[in-house]
Formats: sequence, structure tokens, C-alpha cells
Amino acid sequence: MAQEITAEDIRARVRKLLEEAHPDHVDQFTFRGKQYDHGLAWVHFPEGYGGLGISPGFQAVVADELAKHARTNYEDMMVNPIGIGMGAPTVLTHGTEWMKKNLLRRIFTGEDIWCQLFSEPSAGSDVAGLATRATREGDNWVINGQKVWTSFAHISKWGMLLARTNPDVPKHAGLSYFLLDMQSLGVEVRPLYQMTGEAEFNEVFLTDVKIPADHLIGPEGEGWKVAITTLMNERSAIGGAGVPRKGSGSIGVLMNLWRSREKSGFAPESEVLMRERIAKLYIESELLRITSQRARAARKAGNPGPEGSVAKLVQADVNKRIWECAMDVLGPASLIYEPGYARRRPTSRAKESRTALAKYQFLRARANSIEGGTSEVMKNILGERVLGLPGEPRSDKDVPWKQIPRNG
Amino acid sequence: MDISFTREHDELRETVRRFLEKESGEAAVRKVMETEDGYDARTWERMASELSILGLIVPESYGGAGLGAVEMAIVFEEMGRVLYCGPFLATAALAASIVREAATDAEKSRLLGEIASGKLITTLAIAEESGEWSAEAVAMRASRHGANWRLDGVKDYVLDGNAADVTLVAAKADGHLALFRVDGAASGLERVSLPTLDLTRKLSRLTFRGTPATRISDKDIRDALSRALDFGVAMVAAEQVGGAQRCLEMSVSHAKTRLQFGRPIGSFQAIKHRCADMLVDVEFARSAAYYAAFALDGGDDAEAREAVQIAKSFCSEAFYKAAAENIQIHGGMGFTWEHPAHLYFKRARTGLVMFGTPGEYRQKLAASLGL
Repeated sequence: MAQEITAEDIRARVRKLLEEAHPDHVDQFTFRGKQYDHGLAWVHFPEGYGGLGISPGFQAVVADELAKHARTNYEDMMVNPIGIGMGAPTVLTHGTEWMKKNLLRRIFTGEDIWCQLFSEPSAGSDVAGLATRATREGDNWVINGQKVWTSFAHISKWGMLLARTNPDVPKHAGLSYFLLDMQSLGVEVRPLYQMTGEAEFNEVFLTDVKIPADHLIGPEGEGWKVAITTLMNERSAIGGAGVPRKGSGSIGVLMNLWRSREKSGFAPESEVLMRERIAKLYIESELLRITSQRARAARKAGNPGPEGSVAKLVQADVNKRIWECAMDVLGPASLIYEPGYARRRPTSRAKESRTALAKYQFLRARANSIEGGTSEVMKNILGERVLGLPGEPRSDKDVPWKQIPRNG
Repeated sequence: MDISFTREHDELRETVRRFLEKESGEAAVRKVMETEDGYDARTWERMASELSILGLIVPESYGGAGLGAVEMAIVFEEMGRVLYCGPFLATAALAASIVREAATDAEKSRLLGEIASGKLITTLAIAEESGEWSAEAVAMRASRHGANWRLDGVKDYVLDGNAADVTLVAAKADGHLALFRVDGAASGLERVSLPTLDLTRKLSRLTFRGTPATRISDKDIRDALSRALDFGVAMVAAEQVGGAQRCLEMSVSHAKTRLQFGRPIGSFQAIKHRCADMLVDVEFARSAAYYAAFALDGGDDAEAREAVQIAKSFCSEAFYKAAAENIQIHGGMGFTWEHPAHLYFKRARTGLVMFGTPGEYRQKLAASLGL
């Protein structure tokens, strides 16, 4: 594709796509399939793989032009978040020609949902220490182990599996990366119920699961390198999420809860304290918004700074404190939990009251400082990679994985 | 609002940084802070003649550079890094701002050019014995004697009150709030230099006893005074970002080199996480200070007011936390007179109080958010 492509060229391409298939008139698979064929799925991918080989910045132009002409919006994050956000870049970077040809389009349309099989009960922050074993038997790899916190496993066609192919070398060197057909014999998916009673995630038990040798992604023993590609995309997917509008999101709900409080509920001196507490949370929410904007501008200018990692860390902390404050605003009503703890898969919360939602969010927020990197790990990253402070002395480097003390 | 700096901005920052590294290193700051007037006349003169930063916000028609809050914030951030000691906040930010906002054309001509050229050290006297920086708290009254005005009463916590050639005084006159110009050597003006907690920022108590003053505003200055104060608060916020950033740099550098238990203390998470927390605070303070500066130049009064409230609340506390952590991370050495950590700590502490506390600004914000 020519270097001097303009936003107007992209808009023209989108209009041409819409003449062939319009999301208001055809189903998701059909429309997104055509979008892929026109190179408008992920424009920075090469031609023939759903892209045009141009700057990712043009993707926003595609979205904008689509929004102008269509009411229906099949959002990536609704269609296939793990597949689109992490699976596709991993396949593109490390996958075989067969994988690129046969997997990418169906990832984008959402025909094949993807999940990520990295974390284990004994490998959380230290994911490279994982224990799921892969042993070679003829033309197959045989997998045994357990994965955890697997979103979408119960509806997935493909899993990105990280497993240990060699326990006799240091931990990072003994890992390999596989494409796992989730319908294989020996794959058992169970819902993992969280403290909210809901199961957003799954546990995946792998017992003598056979994976064909050509489903290895990247060379044997270089799984960690491939996993880094996946994880980098996880981070940029989180960091690149839309910047909320001023006063919207969690802080908006809190302010509305406060404004509609029972007027008799607070003594005047408590009112003063609560107002200041909420103002402080508003300030931090605003600064999160502005810092995310700065992060985005820095990325655009080609010199990303620490703003993105900083925002992730603060987001978790502020969100927890916002919902704690909401519980204090609710007072005695916070003794009641309207949503109930019935074990279930998440459903739409559109019909829940603001009050009920706040209580759910209060519980759900505890995970914010754990998921996608604990706050402690994030602080190590900021300390070591951004500030250049020395690492901890390690007892798990340069020794065979099997000699490292571990749980389970 | 797009918060990003241009190449000209980067060049300004670079120029000011190089200048201050030479003119306002730690030794220079320590020397100047022990003097009564708290500034180096030669450096001051060069800031006017070589950098043209004394008249940065003075309109070009009055001999200044005609720039705005964003450029000024860059200068303040750099001054905060090195704890520049001198009447820059008083003269180039507060006085220039109130004159620009409130003075008659004749007085603008008289004062702004002299401010820009470095000939006139000027300050703005607002707070009185109650220590409140607001139009509402001004109780001092001016009395008319024929064509002349006289002032009686006390202005307290006046920045660089002893060094000032001219003091601009907010006082009531004819039921309005008005701005008066008082000569530093005026009869009936007693200036007492106060023993300040922060030696790098000089404060005075000015007592007026029938002191002759010239009224230089022809309208009520309530709004103008609020805007000048907001400008000052935003500039101090930028200064606090520079100070906090410097504290972080000192802490990190020490944590990398200080060996205890056979390894750099920065390899312990107890220290590493403190540094990471400082980095987070510094980045958020940066967002707050830059937002305030860009909003002040943006022209939406309500947004600017809110951005300033956010900046005061966050930056002053972030700097204080960073300065306190810096002492802790340096251990015993951080508690000595010889180490600069205490200079930053004292500057940070006074920044919490000057122009109003972070809590007061949060209460104002809460009120405007309808909380």
C-alpha cells in the first residue's frame, strides 16, 4: 500500500465496503468477513490478512466512518476480545502460514472465540513458573495440568496454551506455546465462581490432551517469547481503552448516589467529610482521565512514557476507593445485597438499580488490583523498568525449573 | 483539551534549565537564602536581559513577551526543580497578572515595562492577619485625603515584601475592592522580614500607618484578584511538580547507589515501591499542573477555575509526600542540614498553606460540583 494513503482514502474504502455489505442488513459474520476482505479489520496488518499495512492510527478513521453510516456496531471487545486483542497479533507474529490463512479471518468475524491458557493455581504473578506439562509422543504433544482465570473458555474454539516442554532447564527456557482446540478430548471447562457469586472466568483441566505437533506456535522452548507478544498486546489493549468522558464512569455513579442520598442520613460534620472525600475521588478520576490522554498523545508522538503503567496502577486503587465510598454513602442500605449470590454466568446488569450496581461493583473492584498484573508487580515494573532500580536477588534464575520451590 | 507541548516549549524549557543549573545550583540557593532580600541581583538582571522571562506574560505592547500560563508553567517547573530563590513568583506572576487584569492603562504603561525589564521588583499584598488569600477576606480600608489615598492596617505573609520596590495592595475603597500602588520607601510603611520556615521563600509583614498610596484600578478588582490568585496557584503547582520530580530523582539515585545488607537499597521492594508511588504522584501532579496551565490559556473560566482547584489540591500534597519520602529514603543523611532534602521539604510544607489549603480548594470544588 502506498505510504501517502490519506484518511479520505480510508473513508472511501469503508463506503465501498458498506455498498457490498451493511451491518444494518447482514449478520455479524458476513459483515465482518467482508470488512476483513477489504483490509479494514486491523489496518496495520499486512494486505491479505485483514489489513492494509498502514499505521494503526487509521483504525479510528474506519470506526468513525462506519459509525457515520451504520446504526449497528459490532464492537471488537464484544465480538471476540481475547482473539482480536491478543490471539491475532500472536498468530500474525509467530504463527505458521496455515494458521494465518485459517485462523485470522474467523477470529475477526467472531466465528471462532479464543481464550488464553497461561495462569495456573500455582503460577499467578510468576506465570513463567507454570507447571502444566507437554510431552512429545510421536506426531503429538500430550498435555497434563490445570489452568485458571480463563475468560471465555466455555465458549472458545481455540486456546493459547503455554506449557512446559522441558523441566530440566531454567524456567523461561522450558516453555512452549500451543494452539489448543478446546473441543479436544480431555479438556474439561468448569465455571470459576468469584466472590460476587458470578463466574466470569473458568478453570480448565487438561488430562492427556493431544495436540498435533504442527500446532506449536513458535519454536519448541521459545514459548516465553511468544507469550510476551500476547502479554504486550494485553497491556496495550488495557492501556489503549477509551478515555472516559469528564465525570462519567464510576465517579459519576458515586456523585449521583451522593446527590440523591437521604438528606437525614448524615450529620452536618459527616457531610463535610464526605463532600471532601468525594471531591478528592473526583480529582483523582479527572487526573486519571488527563493522564490517559497524555499517555495517548505520547504514544501518538512516538515516545510512550510511564503514563500508561501509572494509569493502570491508579485506576485500580481509585476504583476500589470510589466503591468503598459508595457503600458509606448507602449507609445501612449497604447491609443488603440485592443482586444475591446465586451462582451464575454474568448477565446484563442494565435493569439493576444504581444502588444494587454499586454494591456489586464494590465487591467486583477487589480484583482490580490483582487482574492484569497485581499492583505490587506493577510497582516492581515501574521501579525497575521506568526508574531503573535494581531487581531483587532471585532464587529462580539459572537453575533448572524442577529445582525451584513451588506450591502444589 | 489537548495537553501537549510544542518544539518552542521544549526549547524554552531547555534554555531555562541550562540557565538555572548555572545560576541557581544548590550552593547558590544556600547562599541567597541566608540573605534578607533572598535574591541575587545579577541573576535577576540576566533573567530579564537574556531570558526575557520576567515579562513572559506581559503583553508585547507593554514590552513583554505576550505569552501565557503554559509557557510560564514551564519556567516555574524548572525553578521548582532547583528551588530558585528570588521574587519571581511575586513579580513576574502575581504582580504582572494583577496589573494586566486590573490596572488602568496609564499604570500598565508605568509598571509592566519596568517589570519586564527587571527594573522593578513588585509584589501583591492580599492576606492580612487572618492569613486568608481571597478577595472576601480583605478588610483593609483606604481613606481619601483630598485627591490622595492613605492606607492603614496590616498586610501579612507578603511575598518578598522587603525586597519589593513597589507593593500592590488590595484594599476597600468607596465600597469596592481596589488596587493600590505603594512605594517601598513610602512614609508610614513598616516592613518586617519574617523568620520563615522555608528560607527560600521570603515573607514580610507590612504595617501601614497613614501610608500614601496611589489607586491604580478604576473598577472593582474582585474578579481580577481571583484570576490573579488562580494564576499564582497554577504556577506554584507547576513549581511543585518540578520540586517533586527532583525529590524522586534524588531518591532513585540514592536507592541505586546506597548499599546496605550487601545490596543497593533500591532492590528492596520496601524502597522500590515507595519510589514507584512517588513516580505515580509526580505523573498525576504533572497532569494536574499542565491541565491548569492549558485551561487558564483556554479561555473557559469555569474549566480554568476547576483545573486550578484540582492542581492546588493534588500538586501541593504530592510534593509534600515526595519531599517527606525523600528524607526517609535518604535515612539519617536526609535529616542533616548539609543534605538538600530539608530545603525541598520546607518548600513543600509551605506550599500546602500559601494561597489556601488543599482542603479548602476541595471544598470549593465540591460546592461547584453540587456535592
